[in-house]
Amino acid sequence: MRGPTQPTAPTTPAVGGGGSPPAVELRGIVKRFPGVVANDGVDFDLRAGEVHALLGENGAGKSTLMNILDGLYQPDAGEIRVDGRPVTFRSPRDAIAAGLGMVHQHFTLVASQTVTENILIGLDRPRFRLDLRRFDDEVAALAERHGLRVDPRAKVWQLSVGEQQRVEILKVLYRGARVLIMDEPTAVLAPLEIEDLFATLRSMTAEGRSIVFISHKLGEVLAIADRITVMRRGRVTAAGIPGGSVDRGELATLMVGREVLESIERVPVSPGRTILALEGVEADGDKGIQALRGVSIEVRAGEIVGIAAVAGNGQSELAEVITGLRSCRGRVFVDGEDVANRSVGRTIDRGVAHVPEDRTGVGTAPNLSLVDNLIMKRYRAAPIARGWSIDMGAARGVAARLKDGYDIAAPTVDTQARLLSGGNLQRLILAREIESQPQLLVAVQPTRGLDVGAIESAHRLLLERRAAGAAILLISEDLDEVLALSDRVAVMYEGRIVGRFEAVEADVARIGLLMTGGTGEEAQSAGPTEGDAR
Amino acid sequence: MSHPTAGPTRRAFRDLPFELRLEARMETPRWLSPALTVGAIVVALLISAVILAVVGADPIRVYVHIVRSSLGSVGVISDTLVKATPLILTGLACALAFRMRLWNIGAEGQLLLGAWAASAVVLVPLVPEGTPGIVILPIMGVAGFLGGAAWGLVPGVLRARFGVNEIIATLMLNSMAFFWIQYWVFGPWTEGGFQLTKQFPVETWLPRLSDFAETYPVLGGLTIHAGFLLALAAAGVVWFIVERSAWGYEIRLIGDNQRAARYAGIRITRNVILVFAVSGGLAGLAGMSEVAGVVHRLQDNFSPGYGYTAIIVAYLAKFHPLRVVPVAILFGALILAGREIQPSGVPAMIQGTILFCLIASEVFLRYRVSVVRRETRPVGPT
Repeated sequence: MRGPTQPTAPTTPAVGGGGSPPAVELRGIVKRFPGVVANDGVDFDLRAGEVHALLGENGAGKSTLMNILDGLYQPDAGEIRVDGRPVTFRSPRDAIAAGLGMVHQHFTLVASQTVTENILIGLDRPRFRLDLRRFDDEVAALAERHGLRVDPRAKVWQLSVGEQQRVEILKVLYRGARVLIMDEPTAVLAPLEIEDLFATLRSMTAEGRSIVFISHKLGEVLAIADRITVMRRGRVTAAGIPGGSVDRGELATLMVGREVLESIERVPVSPGRTILALEGVEADGDKGIQALRGVSIEVRAGEIVGIAAVAGNGQSELAEVITGLRSCRGRVFVDGEDVANRSVGRTIDRGVAHVPEDRTGVGTAPNLSLVDNLIMKRYRAAPIARGWSIDMGAARGVAARLKDGYDIAAPTVDTQARLLSGGNLQRLILAREIESQPQLLVAVQPTRGLDVGAIESAHRLLLERRAAGAAILLISEDLDEVLALSDRVAVMYEGRIVGRFEAVEADVARIGLLMTGGTGEEAQSAGPTEGDAR
Repeated sequence: MSHPTAGPTRRAFRDLPFELRLEARMETPRWLSPALTVGAIVVALLISAVILAVVGADPIRVYVHIVRSSLGSVGVISDTLVKATPLILTGLACALAFRMRLWNIGAEGQLLLGAWAASAVVLVPLVPEGTPGIVILPIMGVAGFLGGAAWGLVPGVLRARFGVNEIIATLMLNSMAFFWIQYWVFGPWTEGGFQLTKQFPVETWLPRLSDFAETYPVLGGLTIHAGFLLALAAAGVVWFIVERSAWGYEIRLIGDNQRAARYAGIRITRNVILVFAVSGGLAGLAGMSEVAGVVHRLQDNFSPGYGYTAIIVAYLAKFHPLRVVPVAILFGALILAGREIQPSGVPAMIQGTILFCLIASEVFLRYRVSVVRRETRPVGPT
């Protein structure tokens, strides 16, 4: 295929109306999977030069629809038109040839190769001799034009998640895509990176490119979309409504099918004794760089302490140290006992539950059943354990109860965990961890990637635990979530706690600055704070 | 509110008017896996029949001969079960380790060490001569288990402590075990310079059915020995461990996702070592059963590679302990038929074809396959 096609000036009038056909038009798309109709007669149209958000809960059929548009799936019925001409895509290659490119939620990059090499993969250029320098320059120029800062010669494994996403976008742009399909692009990004992404998207629409923006985050959709289409259970519930004409509440209702209480009521709980106490904890990260630098923090019974931090500032390591998964220096008291560098089993026995950041890699065993996954933390204890043996009847009973109680959508308790959608997998983990009646719950990114309804139920569960007297350490990159749930907030930056706030009087602007390495003094309103910069 | 996500659709044979579509299965029916195993064996026999026909043999006659020479009479069925006995034990050894994704391909070496340790009980001797069978046989069994376990511990500890690749380690240890046996049967324990030891006294022989021929003449000539019962019991025990015990749950969890297992508080290092030891011990029992039940002495080359065939047996049984038994019997029959059929490569060819078909059939477990007519354009309102 060609190199970066230079769009000869913005020929296409932005947001084409009138006579010109839409850039992409989907009519009556039907796609069935065993047991479900993922798309049930879906219509969708994308005008040239617009950002069209496709909003819906997990499993609403957004990704299926776009995978059809990208040629990954073939529709059972329906028609696709590009620039008014009917087309059939047998593979993503056909879609690319028609000027459509998709940036997937899960990246498809080769970690050991450079950015440029990744962009060239699958193209028939360079032919024989790998004269990469020329292509490095091309990639750099293309990146420059769209504000996609990334070094063409860097190996992919050296890049942050945000940079890897830029490589994916460059890949699609390099192939000359005029229509970009972005599948939940913000799910993996930090707040500042999201701003950069939005700037890139605007620069692309200014050139006449069109963007489908798949998301279930209302705020982002309202911030970026020219028009919004909402899907629910495989059908369109609102088609192409202009972004300025709706508010969050209306969108949430369209998406979930009922009214959603986005702000949760927190009953006042007077905190009890100290459950978790860290004293001067230091630990190294995976790459041998010090990740925690003298962290001291306390969480009392019946309170939620939130950690606000941008990804990669030590909060993941903090959770691992507390749960026994990572060795450290310093002291980690759980209910008075120093569990630092003791086994994971020891912390579990002390009543520490852990909702891990990586649901598929750490939190579940993909090929084992729901039963096996739900008894992970309790197979050693009665009634499931009976001497050396496991009482399968009791195990299935527990699993069935949790599956119903926590609304885990799966055919049976024997279903393999890998077949669950993201929201259901998280419900499984929450069910398992919360049902262990923990003294201390360490919840890392408990709602990342979940839809509004699932977030609401996860938040409710955390608050119920708090009311029941558990100490909760909430680690999240979603600042709104941290502020909504926490009693106290600690800000982490480069392995240190750089600020502590009572949640009620926390100043969002100041927290934002501290999270990104500022001193917090620049913020206009200097509220009552005790910035603890060690 | 949300349904599980389905995997991508894959297609093959782009240029035909019809196309095969593979769609990821959401659920695998319970009957499908055993049905596929049987189906794959049938297909393998058909393919083998074609090969036999091409080289000029009459496949039907060959198959009839194989069945007759391995299952045709009570006598040969007994012989088949004798061949199946070490395959069951070593197959269990592999199945247990493979469940945890520990690729122990050292069952052969562990079998040899088990045979050596059991022989040592008799030859050193570790118990006074003339000890009755009811005492010495259990001691030999324990020795065999420990011998194999010790040989399994080596790669287990290397893997758990230093991350040494267990495939390479166990393969190398197989060679070492082979020469270890050679040393003993040529050297200290040799019988007049031949590569075998003196015959063990009768009380160290595992009882055979033919031992009871005096009371029940029907049993005359039946070579099947108590080792077969030991193998069946071992299958039951391993089944319990893997499917019903807390330890088995840990093994399955580690096998599927080691990081999840660590997160659940399971000690990986300890389990790697333990599983390797028990796996080696099972293979060691096979060695004990062979010297005490079949050859009644230690000699070189008494195993025609049971420990290697066991890898195939475990694989065909899908690492399921109870399914190891019928698969081992099938392979015992093929080994036995190999002596009757010329060239003897024919049963080996059939074994290979069966394995090939079985592995190929796994695609049906994961995907639903359908043939659909290729459309020129998607249908829809225009």
